[in-house]
Amino acid sequence: MRHRKSGRKLKRTASHRRATLNALATALLRHKRIHTTVAKAKETRMVVEKMITRAKNARKADASAAKVGASSERAKKFIEAGGHARREVARFIKDRAVVAELFDVIAERVANRPGGYTRILKLGQRYGDAAEMAVIELVDFNAGQEPVAKKADKPAKKSAPKKKAPKKAKGDAAKAEATAPAEATAPAAQ
Amino acid sequence: MPNPKRRHSKTRGRKRRTHYKATAPAASECPNCHTAKLPHRVCPNCGYYNGRSIIVPKNS
Ligand SMILES: [Zn+2]
Repeated sequence: MRHRKSGRKLKRTASHRRATLNALATALLRHKRIHTTVAKAKETRMVVEKMITRAKNARKADASAAKVGASSERAKKFIEAGGHARREVARFIKDRAVVAELFDVIAERVANRPGGYTRILKLGQRYGDAAEMAVIELVDFNAGQEPVAKKADKPAKKSAPKKKAPKKAKGDAAKAEATAPAEATAPAAQ
Repeated sequence: MPNPKRRHSKTRGRKRRTHYKATAPAASECPNCHTAKLPHRVCPNCGYYNGRSIIVPKNS
């Protein structure tokens, strides 16, 4: 019986499930907004929220360490980079650029948000297997109520861009930042 | 294994099934484009939810 056991199996073995969720979490942190099924979105939320909190707390530790004064230059550098938390998150997020993005950009942006970093919006059923689909996005990277147009609905699929990730990731992140303001003005057109 | 003692008529089964009814899906009106849509879902017609454009529908 699965009484009081949280989490969905997603019809996968433990390792397959871990791989799926790692991929989804990486994609979400990289693109800030992905399109998937509601079940996977909710599982991804469980994983990603904890990672973001981890990164955020590491930043706080960084600030207090600066106050106390770390024992050596090396120790200071380690703490500033996120310390042990960064290594632990890197066990799940295999893309270094995405880990850097999480600790340097995302953790800072969400600093004042007490949890609830993600938003899930239901889209209705998919043609084919009638699975309920959803968009999951990082709240602080997808402006609140202002209209934000989306470049069609072809965001990263769950297992998607593993191959081109390491090289392109940095560019992607920069691009996402760059296109965000442009998108804000776009909805008037459609 | 227990088994039915008698076959029952088509009428009998059909009478029982008169209570099997499909219910219409709940509908709500999209505040943006005023078409009917499923509640708590992004509008498939205009792609808006909560006053904000979420997706760009394929047909627009
Ligand atoms: Zn609408």
